[in-house]
Amino acid sequence: MSTISREEVAHLARLARLEVTDDELDAFAGQLDVILESMKTLAEVNTDGVQPTSHAVPLVNVFREDRPQPSLPRDAVLAGGPDTAEDRFRVPRILDEEA
Amino acid sequence: MTKLNTFEQAVETYEPVLGLETHIELDTNTKMFCGCATAFGAEPNTQVCPVCLALPGALPVANRAAVEATIKIGLALNCRIAEWTRFARKNYFYPDMPKNFQTSQYEEPLCEDGHVEVLVEGKTYRIEIERVHLEEDTGKTLHVGGATGRIHGATESLVDYNRAGIPLVEIVTRPVPGTGALAPEVARAYTAELRDIVRSLGVSDVRMEQGSLRCDVNLSLNRPGEPWGTRTETKNVNSLRSVERAVRYEVRRQSALLDAGERILQETRHFHEATGETSPGRSKEEATDYRYFPEPDLAVMEPSREWVEELRAGLPELPRKRRERLQAAWSLGDKEMQSVVNADAVGLIEATVEAGAGAAGAVKWWLGELSRRANEAGEELTGLAISPEQVAQLQGMVDDGRLNDKLARQVIDGVLAGEGDPADVAAKRGLEVVSDTGALEAAVDEAISANPAVADKIRGGTHAAAGVLIGAVMKATKGQADAGTVRQIILDKLK
Amino acid sequence: MSADRTIDQTAAHIAEAIREGRTTAVSVTRAFLDRIDAVDGTIRAFLHVDHEGALATAREVDEAIARGEELGPLAGVPIAVKDVVVTKGLPTTAASKILEGWIPPYDATIVERIKAARMPILGKTNMDEFAMGSSTEYSAFGATRNPWDTGRIPGGSGGGSAAAVAAKMAPLAIGTDTGGSIRQPGAVTGTFGGKPTYGSNSRYGLIAFSSSLDTPGPVARNALDAAMLHEVISGHDPRDSTSIDAPVPQVAAAARTGGSGDLAGVKLGVVKEFAEGAEAAEPGVVAAYEAAVEQLVKLGAEITEVSCPSFTYALPTYYLIAPSEASSNLARYDGVRYGLRAGDDGRHSLEEVMSLTREAGFGPEVKRRIILGTYALSAGYVDAFYGKAQLVRTLIKQDFEKAFEQVDALISPTTPFTAFAFGERTGDPYQMYLADLYTIPTNLYGGPAVSVPVGLSEGMPVGLQVMGPVMGDDITYRVAAAYETTQDTLLADTAPEIEKG
Ligand SMILES: [Mg+2]
Ligand SMILES: [Zn+2]
Repeated sequence: MSTISREEVAHLARLARLEVTDDELDAFAGQLDVILESMKTLAEVNTDGVQPTSHAVPLVNVFREDRPQPSLPRDAVLAGGPDTAEDRFRVPRILDEEA
Repeated sequence: MTKLNTFEQAVETYEPVLGLETHIELDTNTKMFCGCATAFGAEPNTQVCPVCLALPGALPVANRAAVEATIKIGLALNCRIAEWTRFARKNYFYPDMPKNFQTSQYEEPLCEDGHVEVLVEGKTYRIEIERVHLEEDTGKTLHVGGATGRIHGATESLVDYNRAGIPLVEIVTRPVPGTGALAPEVARAYTAELRDIVRSLGVSDVRMEQGSLRCDVNLSLNRPGEPWGTRTETKNVNSLRSVERAVRYEVRRQSALLDAGERILQETRHFHEATGETSPGRSKEEATDYRYFPEPDLAVMEPSREWVEELRAGLPELPRKRRERLQAAWSLGDKEMQSVVNADAVGLIEATVEAGAGAAGAVKWWLGELSRRANEAGEELTGLAISPEQVAQLQGMVDDGRLNDKLARQVIDGVLAGEGDPADVAAKRGLEVVSDTGALEAAVDEAISANPAVADKIRGGTHAAAGVLIGAVMKATKGQADAGTVRQIILDKLK
Repeated sequence: MSADRTIDQTAAHIAEAIREGRTTAVSVTRAFLDRIDAVDGTIRAFLHVDHEGALATAREVDEAIARGEELGPLAGVPIAVKDVVVTKGLPTTAASKILEGWIPPYDATIVERIKAARMPILGKTNMDEFAMGSSTEYSAFGATRNPWDTGRIPGGSGGGSAAAVAAKMAPLAIGTDTGGSIRQPGAVTGTFGGKPTYGSNSRYGLIAFSSSLDTPGPVARNALDAAMLHEVISGHDPRDSTSIDAPVPQVAAAARTGGSGDLAGVKLGVVKEFAEGAEAAEPGVVAAYEAAVEQLVKLGAEITEVSCPSFTYALPTYYLIAPSEASSNLARYDGVRYGLRAGDDGRHSLEEVMSLTREAGFGPEVKRRIILGTYALSAGYVDAFYGKAQLVRTLIKQDFEKAFEQVDALISPTTPFTAFAFGERTGDPYQMYLADLYTIPTNLYGGPAVSVPVGLSEGMPVGLQVMGPVMGDDITYRVAAAYETTQDTLLADTAPEIEKG
């Protein structure tokens, strides 16, 4: 029995923009426990005073100078688009503003 | 919908608490994380590359100039500059955001804990700045098929990513209580001050009408002595006047709901320029689980103290200092200077004086006639179609006696109507003061013979009576005479 | 098997033959294209083969040589590129339906470097979708088969690159390694796989799975070939903020040093905690590994046991970090700017079209990891999950650093088991994850590691993993190359002949 409900998985799927099937909901609900177990295992580890690691060599202050580089030709920009119009990417109607 | 209260009713019962979140587009040469140009108004999708289009595999590299600009803003707002700071991903889906996350900052902003002071009606309000952080802008969406070009009713939308990735600085205040009935003015004054500070730094053109400065206005109400209420967040309020109106409207709306015993929903609202009203957007519970986490594609930043001090040393004169200097130079009293600031006319007057006008004249035009015109048109003073150079020229013509005030106002009509510079308008409309003394003397003679009783009074020493004759002469010359000159001729003749 | 065939030669030999005019880049490239045509119907290592492009580059090389131009050390040597690396003008899908038909308008930095090195690109190789998997069974375009036994997986995610090299369809290939995706396929196909130090090879143009772990690297038949390719692609890239701005370790020279067969004075560590967890490992794998260790000792290496207690937490750490980053990295596939769009029939809103597109475009493992990552990052959990994992990562890194105070490199089997049969582990994700048990700690640390073939277990190849300190890639190549001197032939040369498909 999984600890995470189908409803929770459905909410996650909505957040992740996945129109999942009922079968997938069930499968994912069971498999999410991997995350919970991982979390439980790591929770036991004492990390007091430990700094986080994100990269092999700690990188600091990596910047580029404010000098323009060529953009892509517009044809190349639009070429990959599933649907374009008026030199823009066309999308179907948007429900409402978010954020 | 409950009927709105008047603003006055509302602030008698409730205390507003303000909060302001301002987004400012930096005018760096290139975008935040790629080398694409940032020119405003370019052809759609011509300033995009693999990075800002979020093509598979592309990676960001932070723009040093944008980081410096943000630190400068932080310093100008009296913030502490972080010794260790990093970018974070704010995850949510939206079509104008190519990666479907915004690279922003979360728990470690570049600048924190600042403040700005603004003066409203003689009282100083200290606005606490919670944070100043650096992020990136989104693309622009054109809504097609709806009646108004708005999102509602549109059948499809078209996206242009030129703006996507332009560096954006977000400045967030702490809640501002204690402004009472002046909440709208304080909100406006803060926004104007922020804009002036950023402009003085030269890091953004802060043009609200082009969206390079955008405001979100948070507002809640509470009864005196009670805890703060639930706040609403009105998005994209894009002029100083609208900031004021949005606050005013939310105060009226929320107070009516509270009076009726209803609950205020914590929600995002949209501001409508045309009506000055706000309307609800998507409710918070659905919208916000941004799943922030540290951006693994970017290195952390540790601005060195030397770097920060170098930037501090390079800060220009800030608006407050500048205002003090200009007030002295223009010989204005505190009240007068306050009016200038409130009218957002400091820069206009400064430019007018630089263009050759005397300070008194410049102040008089911008605060008087031109403010009145702006009010009538529902526009900002800066939005009027007359430049400081043109006002200086106008004042110059008055100083030379070529225009009197009445004619000058007609010249303004012409300038605002797009007929050209004051000199052109005066010439085209025939609005010069009649300086031909022969013609004036003839008109005076005519007025004297038409008003013998008045003439006798003046001869008898009652100089005040000259006004009647002056009026007659002005009428006869269609206002194109200089009143002072006419008066002198009359008095000379009736000695 | 005849060793006279071009396709049996190492990249180093081929390069030399081209340079010295004993063959031409065109005939070499043709030989490999012919081999692809002959056997890839059976192996299915390639998603796209670029006959014309590869031959065009080869012709340029031959012309340049005719003009007497000085060319790079691998000029004219063909290469296969994992389909997760972006190639301008060549389809790039990351083995996902969501990118089917997408033609990138730009090259990854490592592809630019391959082109600058004048290496003909044969095509794009198959993989687990978005590099998520250890068997290549999660490719949206069908699994690649192991050339040693076509009923078995070639490892993953880079099964296509490993199988292409193992089946001699390419002398060299590019892989990417997030949790073992170069080394594990190398081990199970009898090829050599190198995962360089994170940050020493640009990720620009590498389609992101887990940004803080992904590392591109070489796939080859032996250490020297891999090292030569490593040097072609590595080095600082200003377009990748996580790229290390420091000189690249001299790995080709290290491989040549190792080729002397002398490891006197080299200290190798075996990880105590790996040995304790050995019940997961197949006996044949353990036997082949132990035989390899004996060989290393004969070459003069000193073996010490070291303790890395935090390695126990590597798998759970990885399964909090990788899906979290992946869920965010894969958000851009929404059917707006490129790739698949589904459900745009006038009845669905954009939000629905995005969801339908992603549902139709992503395979089950990708969706699963997106959901896992979304969960790990969602409201209130990020500190307990992702944040905690980053702290434990530090402990793992400290274990490595402590170990490298005592030894020059660490050794282990590359994988606990050899190539398994198709379908054997797809039912239980955890069984699949075990394939990466020994490879994942290195990714969390960021250091380099290679997998070198060391023998067979029940007829299937076994790999030895050599792990080095950050920016100490050279020692891994030296040890691997030294091991190779103990073998009469490369393991790949002993593979059974492939039935032509
Ligand atoms: Mg923001
Ligand atoms: Zn760009």
